Amino acid sequence: MDLGFFAQYLINGLVQGITYALVAVGFTLFFGVLDVIKFSHGDVLMLGAFTALALFLGLDQLSTPAWLSLTIMLCLGTLAMALVGALLCKFLVLPLKESPPLNTLLITLMFGSVIREAVRLFFPNGSNPKPFPALLPETSINWGNLNLRLDSVMLIFTGAMAIVLTHLFIQKTRMGLAIRAVAQDEETARLMGINFNKTVLMTFALGSGLAALSGISTGLYYQEINFSMGLMLGVIGFSAAVVGGLGSIYGAIVGGLLFAFLQTLGAIWFSVPAYKDVFAFTVIIMLMAWRPTGLLADRSSERV
Amino acid sequence: MTFPILRRLKVLFVFGLCFFIFGCSEQSDTVKITFIGPLTGGVSAGGLGGRNSADLAISLRNQLPGTKYEYELVPLDDECKPNIGVQVATKAAADKDIVAGVTHYCSAVAMGTVDVYHKFGLPVIVWGAVLPDITYGNNHKEIHRVNGTMINQNSVAAEFMIEQGFSSWAVIHDTTDYGKGHFKYFEKALLEQNGSILGTFGVNPDQQDFTAELTKIKALNPEVIYFGGLAPTGVRIRAQMDKLGMTQVFQGTSGIVSDAFIDGVGDLAEGVLAFREGAPTEKLPGGKMFIQAYEARGFNEPAEAYGAFAFAATDLIIDVIEKVGPDRNLIRDELNVTQEHESIVGPVTFDSYGQNTIALITKYVIQDGSWVLWEDSEYALGNRSLK
Repeated sequence: MDLGFFAQYLINGLVQGITYALVAVGFTLFFGVLDVIKFSHGDVLMLGAFTALALFLGLDQLSTPAWLSLTIMLCLGTLAMALVGALLCKFLVLPLKESPPLNTLLITLMFGSVIREAVRLFFPNGSNPKPFPALLPETSINWGNLNLRLDSVMLIFTGAMAIVLTHLFIQKTRMGLAIRAVAQDEETARLMGINFNKTVLMTFALGSGLAALSGISTGLYYQEINFSMGLMLGVIGFSAAVVGGLGSIYGAIVGGLLFAFLQTLGAIWFSVPAYKDVFAFTVIIMLMAWRPTGLLADRSSERV
Repeated sequence: MTFPILRRLKVLFVFGLCFFIFGCSEQSDTVKITFIGPLTGGVSAGGLGGRNSADLAISLRNQLPGTKYEYELVPLDDECKPNIGVQVATKAAADKDIVAGVTHYCSAVAMGTVDVYHKFGLPVIVWGAVLPDITYGNNHKEIHRVNGTMINQNSVAAEFMIEQGFSSWAVIHDTTDYGKGHFKYFEKALLEQNGSILGTFGVNPDQQDFTAELTKIKALNPEVIYFGGLAPTGVRIRAQMDKLGMTQVFQGTSGIVSDAFIDGVGDLAEGVLAFREGAPTEKLPGGKMFIQAYEARGFNEPAEAYGAFAFAATDLIIDVIEKVGPDRNLIRDELNVTQEHESIVGPVTFDSYGQNTIALITKYVIQDGSWVLWEDSEYALGNRSLK
């Protein structure tokens, strides 16, 4: 294959892979700390994108410059979803801590449906796809057959930075230490004087903020969002987290990139590219049968 | 011996009977007709335009003196999804008060519902869906269609594009009956004209990312990208072509001829081609009257491309009901013998499958942010070039 085309596939795949990884990191954080699966994660992502869009529509009225709008959208959108994540944890997840895990799974699944239907019904004309503003520069470089767009590069860079910062936060800060302690052993962590509730809320805020970032990047890249965008991204993000190893951040990154790689490969191989998701999920199922705990999970004893 | 009371009762009975008979013929009964189309979702613009047009046909007729019945429209939303379509079709068909239907904009939905109408014996006229199999794929006497099919559309498209000097295509189509049908008839017509298709890509209509497919097409380097599908998917593909620096001509089908496509794509819409059955509303035989009446009603949404067809279908059903009465079987039989029936889209004649036999196809190009007739465009005059 021509090197230019190869690079093009690589860039396309990277943009998608980073998006998936951002979602997967959220799943992995929640599972690592509290052993719960938050199935409303994809819908929080969608809500983040719609919050950013609503902010933009407001800022557009005030004719704010693009870079300022973008900064405000990113900051407020992410913070708003961090808050939603923390509230969700406080009122839906923590009260059910002692009940069977299936209950948490169901309640978050239902909460996701509530968010989705609420956006569909209450956002003006919410059941239609919404054009998302193109706020990133559209400059591109042609390099043989490779068309490298600045916005793609910026999105890959932002996503990667977010994951690196999350990793540093967990490894280098006191709060991160608390998160790791709770992940390892809740009882002991409590005995050591760690505020359990605060730590868990912080983790949910962090994961949900990352979901919002992923939703906004999706909007910026495809210039379109819709109320059901979180469904597929949620499923893919969850699969990526599981195949990488639930509870491991590296696993989430590997899983996300792997899924995007498989999709791209599927699209190249099959004459009917609609099969690419079937192909990607089939490979994921086989990998899970081969390594039930995930590709990277059992390398480290600590989760998160 | 006489029975004065009995005689009086007889007289009263005769009076009563007279009053009943004449009274009935003067009073209008309410007759319900259903309209089914996508009222929410990505292609709702077309559906809302159709609903308004059907509503207009009904209200105009209700205002007309001498109308035998009072008509009422029952609009239902199929969301352009086959599963939802079957639900609402069943709901309408099971309601005995509804005597006929003006149904479906999306081919995939119409394909799923034709059997429902047949089973319940509800006569319907399709107003927007263009897949040939909706009428030709079955022998159901309940199914009719006023608009043309994609067979005619694609043969005109292939012939026209070859005339413009193009010779190689890559095809992207969605994997619904609609998208696959377009591909099938376009491929057939194109091969007859000695055009070549370098690659074909069946995609999911809900798919968001097309960069992998487009990169593959970029490597094949065709002159034209043919897209068989609806506007939301078309918008994504055209927008992502730009991300990969692709400058091929984008050729669509009737499914993208809507303002939603131009709004979604923005400046990249310039030079996009599409083909559609029928003619622009203002050029239809009754188009001027329709546009005036539509504007006079002050609807919130435009009539869109197929509004006139929804109007014509509703009007035809009302004409038939006025003639044979509000009975499903009688309406069905009367519709089946429709010959040269005057309508705003021209005379309607149903063949033995219930398909209108007109084959008027119009060519469109997007110029300066609106759909322009090819013949009237700067491109046809030679002032602008597609390539």
